[in-house]
Amino acid sequence: MSNVPADLRFLKSHEWARLEGDGTITVGISDHAQQALGDLVFVEAPEAGRQVAAGEACAVVESVKAASDVYSPVGGEVVAGNAALGGQPELINQDPYGAGWIMRIRPADKAQFAALLDAKAYEAALAAETH
Amino acid sequence: MPFIPHTADDVRDMLEAIGAPTTEALFDEIPAELRAKSLGGVPAALSEMEVGRMMLERAAADGLPLNFIGAGAYEHHVPAAVWAIVTRGEFYSAYTPYQAEASQGTLQLLYEYQSMMSSLTGMAASNASLYDGATAVAEACLMAVRAHRKSKSQRVLVPAALNPAYRDVLQAIAGNQNLAFELLPYDPQGGQTTVASLEKYRGADITALVIQQPNFFGTLEDVDALTDWAHQAGMLVIAVVNPVSLALLKPPGEWGQNGADIVCGEGQPLGVPLSSGGPYFGFMTTRMEHIRQMPGRIVGRTVDLDGKPGFTLTLQAREQHIRRSKATSNICTNQGLLVTAATIYMSLVGPRGLAQVAATSMERSSQLVQALTRVPGVRLAFDGPRFHEAVLLLDRPVRGVLEALAARGIVGGCDISADYPSLGNALLVCATETRTPRDIETYARALAEVMQSAVAA
Repeated sequence: MSNVPADLRFLKSHEWARLEGDGTITVGISDHAQQALGDLVFVEAPEAGRQVAAGEACAVVESVKAASDVYSPVGGEVVAGNAALGGQPELINQDPYGAGWIMRIRPADKAQFAALLDAKAYEAALAAETH
Repeated sequence: MPFIPHTADDVRDMLEAIGAPTTEALFDEIPAELRAKSLGGVPAALSEMEVGRMMLERAAADGLPLNFIGAGAYEHHVPAAVWAIVTRGEFYSAYTPYQAEASQGTLQLLYEYQSMMSSLTGMAASNASLYDGATAVAEACLMAVRAHRKSKSQRVLVPAALNPAYRDVLQAIAGNQNLAFELLPYDPQGGQTTVASLEKYRGADITALVIQQPNFFGTLEDVDALTDWAHQAGMLVIAVVNPVSLALLKPPGEWGQNGADIVCGEGQPLGVPLSSGGPYFGFMTTRMEHIRQMPGRIVGRTVDLDGKPGFTLTLQAREQHIRRSKATSNICTNQGLLVTAATIYMSLVGPRGLAQVAATSMERSSQLVQALTRVPGVRLAFDGPRFHEAVLLLDRPVRGVLEALAARGIVGGCDISADYPSLGNALLVCATETRTPRDIETYARALAEVMQSAVAA
């Protein structure tokens, strides 16, 4: 059973989003996603300053099994990519909701965050996926 | 052995199983107006005997002329052992095997090839080859756009002294993927691309600078200065090199302060015969930091569960069969047979042998230039240092001169007047180690006769 923290929002495509105190949104992939991908060997995080739209592919995670796009939950400007993942992609496996964050975005429209799946809805989506 | 394994009975059974009346009915989906009625212009089928005879007759019509053309493909001596080994059944497949890991011998050969190309170019990583030199340059430009994430312009600086055929292919492949190319002039005195010509791009967002060494004119570029300038201006450097020349010249990995970022070129000079223009192979090497942006297959060495060494295709997540439309390239193959020849060629001649090939070619080319420029009406176009080619300027149109030489059994060079109109009557000539001093004398004498017999234009 994978860990789905109650204070985060999610996309059906297995990204998580956290609203920070400064109004930015931190994005990563869920515990379920990292388990399904297996050992990560490479992460391409976006450059700071890049404008992204909600639902746009803006990072790539590559494991021993597959390579997947990471979609932005909200539109806005990337304020940081997690540089630590360059040398240590396994941070995503070890701590998907903490040190394994992928990017931080300053949202153009805060309402987009509110419209994301809450933990309960994401758990329901996961349950539906496994059936 | 039948080339089409299905018998008429097999075909009938398969059609029955899926309930289709005829093979033709399987193409119902395609509207009638889009279907080719017949293949116009395709001659009737010939038997093997007839084809064999036709090819012999055509080869005989070519004769055995004394060749002085280079211009991107070079006549080098290929030791007989190279193709005797390449055509062994174990190697004689032009394709990357499916279930690649079942073919450890093929993978080891590609791994050795990659190691040799990395060493020759001074770079960390090589792919298992690309189609040819021209497409390798186009792939290198596309790769530079992916690797240089800070640059948004997709603009690449390309010297006019880059092989014109490469420039055409570059435009056809990368131009249609929204890359834009800016043409850099060459210095009319030295025949080189100069740092001064780059100054107008300082401060502009340019993704990469292409440097060909030696350039199309055979002239050696000041690669250190060009590389450093491009890096200081925030561009990546794409080196396009002749692999044989690298036995003498500084490898691109050591150009300037930090070396080139991507190295590519035509692999034909390494053991592949001219064969009327192909098939050849392209090579590409890069820094470790850009390896995930490199197109093509990569073979890696690893250990199995028991700790025994073995070879495997690696970093496949870049490739088309996994990443689909987001793959680094639609190239998921390599020129296996030609790379086999190159690997065996390099193994046989070794670093010293390759240096001898390069040095002798350079010496013979220099003798050729001396002999030809003594002929009245012929002079050297550029005074820059050269490898094994040179541009000569004639006092009359090149075409007629080449025709007269051809009648004397000499292929006198490549007429580049149309590609470089500002040069006038320009002839690109080449001599490799296969052209003896006597061959050079023969050419010089024939040229003197030709230039004397016709009146100067």
